[in-house]
Amino acid sequence: MKIFPVLLIAIPLGAAFLVPICFKIWRRLAEIITGLAVAAVLALSVYLALFLPAGQPLVYLFGNWPIPIGIMFVVDKLSAFMLVVVAILVFLSYVYATKYMDHFTGPGKFYTLYLLMLVGMLGVVMTGDLFNMFVFMEIAAIASYALVAFGTEPEELEAGFKYMVMGEIASLMILLAIAFIYAGTGTLNLADLSQAFAVMDKTPGFYFVLVLLVFGFSLKAALAPFISWLPDAHPAAPAPVSALLSGVLVKVLGIYALARVIFNVYGFSRASDPLVLNVFVILGLASIVIGGLLALRQKDYKRLLADSTLSQVGYIVLALGIGNEFALIGALAHILSHALGKGLLFLTAGAVEYRVGERDLTKFSGGLGKQMPWTSLSYNLGALSVAGMPPFLGFFSKLFIILGAVQAGMIIPAVVAGLFAVVTLGYLLKITNKVFWGKEGVKGIKEAPFVMVLAMVCLVALLLGGGVFFFWLKPNLLQPAADVLLQGVKYAEIVFRIGAGG
Amino acid sequence: MSGMTPIVKVVARIVGGFVFLFGCYVILYGHLSPGGGFAGGAVLAAGFMLLRLAFGTTAKQEKSTSISSSVFESTGGLMFLLIAILGLFVGGYFFANLFPSFGTPGLLVSAGSIPLANIAIAIKVGAAVISVFVLLASTKYIFKE
Amino acid sequence: MIVLVISLALFLVGLYAIITKRNMIKVAIGFSLMEYAVNFLLAIVGFRPGALPPILKAVEVGKVYADPLPQALVLTSIVIGLGVTAFLLALALRLYNRIGSFDLEEIQRLKG
Repeated sequence: MKIFPVLLIAIPLGAAFLVPICFKIWRRLAEIITGLAVAAVLALSVYLALFLPAGQPLVYLFGNWPIPIGIMFVVDKLSAFMLVVVAILVFLSYVYATKYMDHFTGPGKFYTLYLLMLVGMLGVVMTGDLFNMFVFMEIAAIASYALVAFGTEPEELEAGFKYMVMGEIASLMILLAIAFIYAGTGTLNLADLSQAFAVMDKTPGFYFVLVLLVFGFSLKAALAPFISWLPDAHPAAPAPVSALLSGVLVKVLGIYALARVIFNVYGFSRASDPLVLNVFVILGLASIVIGGLLALRQKDYKRLLADSTLSQVGYIVLALGIGNEFALIGALAHILSHALGKGLLFLTAGAVEYRVGERDLTKFSGGLGKQMPWTSLSYNLGALSVAGMPPFLGFFSKLFIILGAVQAGMIIPAVVAGLFAVVTLGYLLKITNKVFWGKEGVKGIKEAPFVMVLAMVCLVALLLGGGVFFFWLKPNLLQPAADVLLQGVKYAEIVFRIGAGG
Repeated sequence: MSGMTPIVKVVARIVGGFVFLFGCYVILYGHLSPGGGFAGGAVLAAGFMLLRLAFGTTAKQEKSTSISSSVFESTGGLMFLLIAILGLFVGGYFFANLFPSFGTPGLLVSAGSIPLANIAIAIKVGAAVISVFVLLASTKYIFKE
Repeated sequence: MIVLVISLALFLVGLYAIITKRNMIKVAIGFSLMEYAVNFLLAIVGFRPGALPPILKAVEVGKVYADPLPQALVLTSIVIGLGVTAFLLALALRLYNRIGSFDLEEIQRLKG
């Protein structure tokens, strides 16, 4: 198990370099190599999530340098949880992409970028060093800019340009913050930083750096004031990539990094700094409301889903801001349920576009439910889960967030969160109504190809299984991950202890 | 495509060799002086660009350069990864030094696996910069189609 | 302190260019300016008066060496900056090929 973190980076990275060479030899070989790499990543991360002991993170020191000097990877239960979320969605959307990408030219480049994005996300989740986190973030981000513009139609190029401008401003803010942090503390190791921050004077400069970091990560996560890029960028990408962007990229680059820095490095908690966490409550609520209202008036299949992502990411940030145990479990459950659910919805959008060639909801005359029964079923069940209906996983995640809000005595956030679950159902049913229900409109449309249906059905099964077995999922996966966030700056102690011993 | 004037061609022909030589120097002495794989690879790519700009190209040449540079880029990346993974077997750690006590510190043959990593990075960076250049330069051909 | 003010000013100049300019190439130049500002700041962080380059041939007591870590960081961020600039320019050129303009307002198709 000790070298798993290295393998998780080395396998997809090696595959990413092999793909362009293999693609020259035989087209399918590139696909097979990508598939093997993605499957290996899935197997390793599931093993880590199930068998990593709680409170005993894996600490891997590169080149065996002692802790504050070298770069290190730290895989604790939170990282392992995020690894599983990333790996499941990446694997299933790869299965989907093997058929879907026949539409596009240059699949060799597609798989290289796909694997590089995977490497970046895995690295962000596992690293224990702030600058290293920035570098992996940039790898994932640059690969995603290229994937958004992959179709090279003017709209896609424009979306890519917009996305890139916003994403790079965020990155440079984070880099500026890193420069200030290094100037102030002389270290960039997350565990070491956590101890340095604890004894630092809380000068205005300290809070300026905090603001820079929060600004950067919120831009990456598309929180309330910085939302303009997401509804352009996510629909422009090919469907499997849209699923990844909305499903995991936003959460890894924005939410995970934010949570790690806020809870484990700065050590903020509801008890000690309610002011800082209230900022996240407000940002989260604003995102929920704005995203939900934007989605209600949206006329484009994929843009509607992207607007809904804004709203659902707001739920996660709201829960992080509430910051008690219930809310954090809810936040992590929502990361999982939204990743699977929104990934699924984007895949159905891709399936409809693959067969019908249309995304504008006003141009659909309904009735696809009879011609594409599996796609229709997947969409409807996925929409129920995203909206938070029992017995799906989405129900439990929203339930725990609302319970957390009630327990913390925040009635207004609880009411808004409950109300916008209904709004979510409203706008998602709009697509059901326009596209899938009703009498048969256009003749001669077939069900999507087998592998695409397979990926969608697997996601539905996971959502349903997650809901039914939620009370197995909670103590085994969610609770230990939430404990990592709740333990705050004790993170540093544990990392130093394990790092010195190993 | 005939390229630029004879003056530029003659100067580029003389300077080009020196640029390549300097690039190799920066790569090989990367562990002893400022520079290294990235800077050296960029210098090599600059030498290539100088010659390309001076002598001009055809669409066919650009196509073949872009293919071979992408292969070289992947090879460089794989070499770097291989060095890191070999460290796992030799020293027990990813990126462990392959030859910890080989050569004299301060001389060319020293510093373990760093010079090897520098060469791998130089191949990768040089090929990447060249492919960026070719890609940006060849948009004029795409436009014509 | 002067260094801090200069690099922040450069950073803001870059940000100003990105926000107000309509030409895509100028936006790319704005990014380069921001990039340089941060790199400049990072490089200065490792500066120590009268220090030697941090390449140790043997341990020499009593000499001051510059901090090597910020130099590594700057080099890495230059590499990232190269990738970003190259990709921005590639996108801009592709858009120019498709639409025949570098003007962001003329390009705009996406709404809402």
